[in-house]
Amino acid sequence: MQDMNPTDVPGDSREVLLHLFDGTQRKVLITDEETPYPEGKLIVSRTDPEGRITHCNQSFVDMSGYEEDEIIGQPHALLRHPDMPAAAFKDLWETVKEGKKWHGYVKNLRKDGGYYWVYATVIPNVRNGEIVGYTSVRRKPSQKKIEDAISTYASMS
Amino acid sequence: MPYQFTVSPDFGPDQLANWHIFNTWLQRQLAIDIHFETFGSFDAQRQAISEGKVDIIYANPYDASFLVREKGFVAVASPHHSDETTVAVPADSPVDSIESLEAGCRIAQTDDPDISMMGMILLEPADLHSGNTKTLVQDSYIQVAKALIQNNADVGFFLSDAYEGLSNLVKSQLKPLVSSDIQIVSHALLLGPPLLDRREELQDRLQAMSEQPQGKNLLDSLGFKDWKPVDEEEMEFMIDLIDALAA
Repeated sequence: MQDMNPTDVPGDSREVLLHLFDGTQRKVLITDEETPYPEGKLIVSRTDPEGRITHCNQSFVDMSGYEEDEIIGQPHALLRHPDMPAAAFKDLWETVKEGKKWHGYVKNLRKDGGYYWVYATVIPNVRNGEIVGYTSVRRKPSQKKIEDAISTYASMS
Repeated sequence: MPYQFTVSPDFGPDQLANWHIFNTWLQRQLAIDIHFETFGSFDAQRQAISEGKVDIIYANPYDASFLVREKGFVAVASPHHSDETTVAVPADSPVDSIESLEAGCRIAQTDDPDISMMGMILLEPADLHSGNTKTLVQDSYIQVAKALIQNNADVGFFLSDAYEGLSNLVKSQLKPLVSSDIQIVSHALLLGPPLLDRREELQDRLQAMSEQPQGKNLLDSLGFKDWKPVDEEEMEFMIDLIDALAA
């Protein structure tokens, strides 16, 4: 996956090298700018079995800050924020590959270096007994749950 | 023995009259006897489905999941008219955002499983869930509105179309806090196992409906623009989505 482009990130930012689940690395630029979760919306995407995005809805596009054609075909780790511990994603993949649902609170990284919190559910798409992909649905989390997640993830990093 | 057609019990009496006309249209198109049966509650309808007494159904997405994955129904078409949920409080309530609702609040809702699920999701930002709220099930959306107006409930869940359909007098006594904007979840017309071989034929006729004056009038009265065919994968995607939301 390509490193983040400094021209996409306005204002002061910090550079962090992410070590991704597939063994690759990505240089990201982060800011402290939070984008509030849009009222009443769900952010929806689907991936292939390897985690590459095949579909996303308009809310996904709006919140990520990317254009749809910059998203499709990319690994889901495009949204990976360095404040999220690797163990959370390891747990996610191990759970869904067993054919089970995963849910948790996730801090996502935007194209502009900002972030947004979601409560995410990922479920395997099972067709004729085979996992053909995954559907992820995110909804608005409560402030208390976000604070709990910040404290839990800080102790895991 | 005629086949049985039914619609999700979330429709009021005015709309049921239009579905009755749709049933007549359906019988002519498929040249079979079809009886239009209505159920007073979602439980009663589920029971009839379990007993194999329903062959054609215009189902809400929540029930579609059970019908397709457990009962062998197939999706034919959808009006792509999305099912959205509105959460409202009495107009004089001090509550002006979801986050200002508190544990212990009384929720008026119908027994519509879709709206109940989405309503509870919309309350999650206030850390509210079934364990710290009280549910008051009402027979209809007008009863949900009444429960709020009479201060018997603190918050109410409405199918957004039903909320919009309330009279101005009723709406003036309510305050909407949030409406969902999911766009991809909608009711669908499903065929049961005895009619699976008529799927393509019905799909073609439903698609052609908006091109005929009589069909167009009927669509208008049902509040639809047209029917769009739903393929197996589209239906499975919607079911996966509902599954994820129910988690």
